[in-house]
Amino acid sequence: MARHIVAPVGEIPAGGRKLVSVAGRAIVVFNVAGEFFALNNRCPHRGGSLAHGKLTGLLESPQPGKYRYSRPGEIIRCPWHSWEFDIRTGRSWCDPQRLRARQYKVSVEPGASLVEGPYKAETFPVTVENDYVVVEA
Amino acid sequence: MNIELKQPLRTAKSKLSIVDCDIHPRASLEDLRPYLSNHWWHYIQTYGLRQRHGHVKGYPFPKPTPLASRRDSWPPGGGPPASDLDFTREQHLDFYGIEHGIMNPLAPSGQGDQNAELSAALAFAINEWQVADWVRREPRFKASVVVPYEDAVASVAEIRRRAGNRDFAHVLLLSRTSEALGRRRYWPIFEAAVEAGLPVGVHVFGYSGWAMTGTGWPSFYLEEGIENATTTQQLIASMIMEGVFERYPDLKVVLIETGFAWLPALGWRLDKHWQRMRDEVPHVKRPPSEYLREHFWVSTQPMEETDKAEQLIDVMEWIGFDRLLFASDYPHWDFDDPFLSLPPSLSDARRRAIYADNARALYRLA
Amino acid sequence: MTMNGLHSIDCDVHPTVPDIQALFPYLDEVWRESIETRGILSLESASYPPNAPITARPDWRGPDGQAATSAADIGRHVFDRFKSSIAICNCLYGVQLVLNEDMAVAFTRALNDWIAKEWLDRDDRLRASIVVPMQNVESAVEEIERCAPDRRFVQILVLAMQEVPLGRRQFWPIYAAAERHKLPLGIHAGSSYRHPVTALGWPTYYVEDYVAQAQGFQSQVASLISEGVFAKFPALKVVLMESGVTWLPGFLWRFSKYWRGLRTEVPWVDRPPEEIVREHFRLTLQPFDTPAPDLVERAVEHLRCDDMLLYSSDFPHWQFDGDDPVPAGIPQALRRKILVENPVATYDRLKADRPEEAAR
Repeated sequence: MARHIVAPVGEIPAGGRKLVSVAGRAIVVFNVAGEFFALNNRCPHRGGSLAHGKLTGLLESPQPGKYRYSRPGEIIRCPWHSWEFDIRTGRSWCDPQRLRARQYKVSVEPGASLVEGPYKAETFPVTVENDYVVVEA
Repeated sequence: MNIELKQPLRTAKSKLSIVDCDIHPRASLEDLRPYLSNHWWHYIQTYGLRQRHGHVKGYPFPKPTPLASRRDSWPPGGGPPASDLDFTREQHLDFYGIEHGIMNPLAPSGQGDQNAELSAALAFAINEWQVADWVRREPRFKASVVVPYEDAVASVAEIRRRAGNRDFAHVLLLSRTSEALGRRRYWPIFEAAVEAGLPVGVHVFGYSGWAMTGTGWPSFYLEEGIENATTTQQLIASMIMEGVFERYPDLKVVLIETGFAWLPALGWRLDKHWQRMRDEVPHVKRPPSEYLREHFWVSTQPMEETDKAEQLIDVMEWIGFDRLLFASDYPHWDFDDPFLSLPPSLSDARRRAIYADNARALYRLA
Repeated sequence: MTMNGLHSIDCDVHPTVPDIQALFPYLDEVWRESIETRGILSLESASYPPNAPITARPDWRGPDGQAATSAADIGRHVFDRFKSSIAICNCLYGVQLVLNEDMAVAFTRALNDWIAKEWLDRDDRLRASIVVPMQNVESAVEEIERCAPDRRFVQILVLAMQEVPLGRRQFWPIYAAAERHKLPLGIHAGSSYRHPVTALGWPTYYVEDYVAQAQGFQSQVASLISEGVFAKFPALKVVLMESGVTWLPGFLWRFSKYWRGLRTEVPWVDRPPEEIVREHFRLTLQPFDTPAPDLVERAVEHLRCDDMLLYSSDFPHWQFDGDDPVPAGIPQALRRKILVENPVATYDRLKADRPEEAAR
């Protein structure tokens, strides 16, 4: 596992996402209300690009005809077959035991600690002033 | 949102030869204008297209995604999915290395419109458009002869107009016709198709004017998805029991976007009850499953997902590996990716048959 | 008698109403007079034209051409010949076709009373389904409440094709009553003909009508699950009778696949449809559409659930020749389950040999 700098924090605002290529893998990084999560971009069902998916909340139902909506912006729906994935855990909603989008650890690191460090910066220079999103893959 | 895809995430595997038997190019009404008379243009602007469901825009069962399409299929240059030939080439034909694509335009084809004359005008227009705007510019595509199927006479005229034109792969019908396709009123269409040497493609959807099931209207799009299979079962039973294949032994029918795992059980059921009630249908001289086996092909999408691969392979064996035609359904949401959809354990020979050889033989492609 | 003493439980036999006058003792004067004044000759359903081959096997028809017109008739064949120990009567006389609600209710009551008197009273090995007037939901619930105290009624009976799909909320009071009394919902092939039997209009041939019943069952299973009936009634069981059976695996694969992407349309469906079906649905054995024995075995494997099949002869419908209603190819290891254990597990009221035992 190596740590990869993928973006300055400001580049992925809350509710946003960025598709990056890290160590030969396509990874999509989400900012959910200030927290960052990274998933393998390939939907584990049939390979759709999760970065192109629809961000929604979680829809549950206590009984037929009643709708309970929560956690807006924390579910990504594959742009193809609309499978729902919990961004926080990577688990698919329809088959949480068997199917999940692979997750990667994400952290936010201050630029100062990265400028001199041995990490790879993908497509832009790292400056001391910014914080950066770092993905372990 | 910061999605920048500088290059494809995967490269096309050029070894795999693919014929995609179900692609949906989308025309705008403006695209069709050159092929419509002033009368019909005015009519459409004023009264619109009227399907047997009542919504001016949209559907009784709203689709799960806008225009029922993959969310990543909207062309960056604008326009709805599959309206831009260049983007379709890039995202689909080139990306997967597809050799031939059969186009089945669904909108705005006018098929099943309440006004049969309008339906005929639009059929003519969309057939002209397919050739001029797509096939001429992209020889990998083949067009469908869209016909106003509720008017057999007009349909025959349209088929004869296109007969002999190698740009066209098959005649296109929808599955929910106002009577089951075995009924006599549709026979002239089959006759003209056979005369022209064209298979008849039957694609799901349309609005018959009856409730969507024999027990009334369902509530959900999820149920409509299921009914695409049940309705297809009904049209097959009709075609066989009415003796269409005795009358037209050269007729070939392609079931498109119906799925296929339900097909063997239908054959068994038809056989069982035909055995018992042969005296009602003496013109059906052989077991129904034989007609099914000889006259029907079925596209693979939406491919059913079984618990174990062996179950799907059982089904494929029962149908016949020579009957299956790979289809993607691009740009729709329940798209089957050419690289990922078939069970990995299939032999190379079977994969080749499904991906390309069966379609090449059926459609007489190079 | 313990379960060990049971040879088999036949979950689908059909008493035939010999003529409409048979119901007279059970109808109020208003309706007897209506029948005579208006010349109402019969309520036989076109789902089973009386002389059609499938309606009765030739060697089971009496001299007047009818079959199964008495309890003794069932006794001769189902008990003596096929060796069953218990049989469940599903009467398909077309009371569900009637459009006038009051008339429908009157006929349905009369039919259930006739079944109790002329069948259940005459042979204590017989059980029956409560025919339910779906034309009026309140009346349907009343009829269930009226008949349920007679514990020889073990199920409620509706047809595969109604005016609206069975999952709809308007029918839920019926399912509440069924669940309360631990009576499975029995859906039997046949139509009330509120719609043509296909989405493509009225078929030309009767054989198409009969084949289309399998699609009717598919629509009903889809509706019952999609509408959340089992979320609301977790103890409700459904028995699909005379459906053909082998359509089920292909249907389930498609249904579950679509559900995985479309879950948010029906968020109360919180697990895959195939799981719900394995838990809540049972299917009677005849007809079993698949032919050759090796295919039968494969088809049963595709079902992936040993608990699902319930033995039935479908007497007097002509689904098999000879005296063995069990299709060749049904795995030997499953026979006991199919013949006895699955029916006993499905029908709560069968758990006791005698009705008073069930009350304990």
